[in-house]
Amino acid sequence: MALPQVKIDATEARLAGMTLPEGGAWATKARESALARVRAMGLPTRRDEYWRWTRPETLADAQVTPAALFHNDEGALFEDRDRLKIVFVDGVFDAEQSDDLTGENLEISRLAEAATLDVHWAKDLYGVLEARGNDPVERPLAALNTAFASDGVLVRVTGQVSRPVSFIYLHKSETSDVMLHHAIKLEEGAELTVLETGPAAARFNKVMEVEVADRASFHHIRAQGRDHERRAVTATYARLGEESTFKSFTMTVNGVLTRNECILELTGDNASAHVAGAALGDGAGFNHDDTVFVTHDAVNCESRQVFKKVLKNGATGIFQGKILVQPGAQKTDGYQISQSLLLDEDSNFLAKPELEIYADDVACSHGSTSGAIDDDALFYLRARGVPKAEAQDMLALSFLAEAIEEVEDEGIAEEILDRLRGWLKRHRG
Amino acid sequence: MLEIKNLHVKLEEEDKVILKGVDLSVGTGQVHAIMGPNGSGKSTLSYVLSGRDGYEVTDGSASLEGEDILELEPEERAAAGLFLAFQYPVEIPGVGNMTFLRTALNAQRKARGEDELSAGDFLKIIRAKAKDLNIDADMLKRPVNMGFSGGEKKRNEILQMAMLEPKMCILDETDSGLDVDAMKLVSQGVNALRSEGRSFLVITHYQRLLNHIVPDVVHIMADGRIIKSGGKELALEVEENGYADILGEAA
Repeated sequence: MALPQVKIDATEARLAGMTLPEGGAWATKARESALARVRAMGLPTRRDEYWRWTRPETLADAQVTPAALFHNDEGALFEDRDRLKIVFVDGVFDAEQSDDLTGENLEISRLAEAATLDVHWAKDLYGVLEARGNDPVERPLAALNTAFASDGVLVRVTGQVSRPVSFIYLHKSETSDVMLHHAIKLEEGAELTVLETGPAAARFNKVMEVEVADRASFHHIRAQGRDHERRAVTATYARLGEESTFKSFTMTVNGVLTRNECILELTGDNASAHVAGAALGDGAGFNHDDTVFVTHDAVNCESRQVFKKVLKNGATGIFQGKILVQPGAQKTDGYQISQSLLLDEDSNFLAKPELEIYADDVACSHGSTSGAIDDDALFYLRARGVPKAEAQDMLALSFLAEAIEEVEDEGIAEEILDRLRGWLKRHRG
Repeated sequence: MLEIKNLHVKLEEEDKVILKGVDLSVGTGQVHAIMGPNGSGKSTLSYVLSGRDGYEVTDGSASLEGEDILELEPEERAAAGLFLAFQYPVEIPGVGNMTFLRTALNAQRKARGEDELSAGDFLKIIRAKAKDLNIDADMLKRPVNMGFSGGEKKRNEILQMAMLEPKMCILDETDSGLDVDAMKLVSQGVNALRSEGRSFLVITHYQRLLNHIVPDVVHIMADGRIIKSGGKELALEVEENGYADILGEAA
C-alpha cells in the first residue's frame, strides 16, 4: 500500500540532513536496509492504529524538545551491587566511568568499534529481530534507530555470568538527542542479568535485541530515571529458544513521555517469557505507554504480561498488549493483566488488551481494570493505627506487588520497593 | 473505660437512623457482651466507635478513659487504645502480615511518643505470641489475610490484638465462620489477654461464644437501643427462648 504523501513528506523531512554512520560491510548493510524500512513504513503519526493515544510527534520530529536536567537526591540505584558498569553520557560511551568490558563467559564490544569491522557475529542479530518485529505492527522508530544509532554494545554470553551487566545512562545536556542500540546474544545454556538505569537524554530512542538460545536465561531490570521532562521511546526485542527464559521488569516514575515497546517471540518449545512494569505518574505532564506484543510459535510455552500504573493529578497511562498464538502453538499458557490505580478523577488510563489465537488447545487469560484505593482496606489499616497517608502508600505498593514480584532477586526488588516508597511519600496529597 | 451516652447515629448518605440512643458503660477490666437480632445496630456500633466513614453521629457521645473519641481519626483512636476485631478481616495482597503489623505497632507507639520497636525485638515477641495462637511462620510471612481460611483470619485478628495491646477491645462477631475447635483457640487467645487494665466488648449473635469468653455483663440490643442488661444468665435465656420474649417484654 502506498504511503500517504503527507507521511512521505514528514519522513523525508526527518531524514533530511541525517547521514548513516560510517561502518564496515555488515553494519552498513544492516543500516541501509533499516533505512529502506523507515522509508517504506514512514514515521508514525497519530493516524496510526497504535499511536492514537500517545502522540508520536515529539519522538519522530527532527527537532528535539529540550528537557531540564533533574537533580536526583536519592543517589544511584544498585550502587552497592557487584556489577559490570557500562556508562553512557547523553548516549556516548564513557570509558572512564565504565569498567573493563571483560568478564568470564562474556564478550562485549562497542557498536561504534564493531561496526567498523567487515565481519561480526552481530550481523545475525543487529536489526534482525527489529525487522521481524514489524510484522504485523510496524515500528518505524526502531528501524530509524537501527539505521542511525552509532553507539551501544554488542554482548555475547557463552555461559553463566557471575555479576550483572549494568547500563547506566546519564543525562547532562538539556538538548541531547540520543539513539542507542544494544544487541545481546545468549548462547545455549547461558545466563545473564542486565540492569538499566537512568534518564539517558532529553530524547532517548533505544533498541535492545536479545537472542535467548535454547536453555538460556535472560533477566532484565530497568529504572528509567526521575527526570520530569525527558522523552523516551524504547523497544526491547527477544527471540526465545527451547526451554529458555526471558524476564523483564521496568520501573518508571515521572517523564513527560515514555513509550516502552516489548516484542517477544517464543520460537522454541517450553520457553517462558515474562514482561512487567510499574509506572507512577503525578500531573498532566506524565504520559506513559506500554505496548507489548507476544507471539507464541512453539508448543507448551508460557508468557506473562503484568503492567501496573499509579496515576494522579491528570497523569495518563496507556497499555496496548497482545498475545498472538500461532497455529500449532498448542498448550500455550498466556496471561496478561493491565491495571491502573487512579488516585483522583483527573487521571486517565487507556487500555487495549488483545488476544489472537489460532490454536485450539491453549489457556489464555487477560484482564484490564481501573480503580481507586479500596475503602475497606484503607479503614482496616487505619483501624490498626496506620496513619491515612501511610496507609494509602501501603495500598499503592500492594497494588504494584504483582508486577514487582517479577523481579527475582530479592535485594533488587527491595531497592525498587524503596524507590517506589520514596516516590509515593514525596507525592502525597 | 468506655462510656457511651445517648448515642444517635444515621447513615451519611441516606436518611436511615440506625442507633437511637445507646447508653453503655464498660468498666475497666470488664467483659461486656452485646447480643441482638440481625439489623439491631450491633456492628454499626462497632464501626462508629472505631471511626469508619459513612456514619453521622446526630446526638450523644462516646469516650475512652474520659477522652471524647468521636472526633478522632481511626488511627488516633487505635493509638488511644481502641481495637476492633473485624467480622470480615480484609485481604491485602503484596503487604506481608508481619510488615503490616510492625508498621501498625510502630505507628501507634510513635503517636503515643514512645520509641519504635526494633525489628529484632518485634520478631521475638511476635513469634512467641503467634505460637500461642497456633499461627505458623508461613502465615506471618504471607500477605495480610491472603488465602487464609475463616479460622486463620480470626486468629490473625487476635494476634494483632495481642501485639497491639489495646485497652479496649471490640470483637465484632468473632465467632462467625468458626468451627468448634477454632472458636476454642480464638477464645483462649482472648481470655489470655483479659486483665485488670483491659476491657472487652464482645458482639455476637449466639450464646455459644460466651461459654468460652464468659462476660461480666450481657446487653440485648434491638432496633438501635440496648433494651435489657443482665448477668451471663441473660445469654442463656436468649439461647433457650430466642429474642422474641425479651423484645415483647421491652415493647
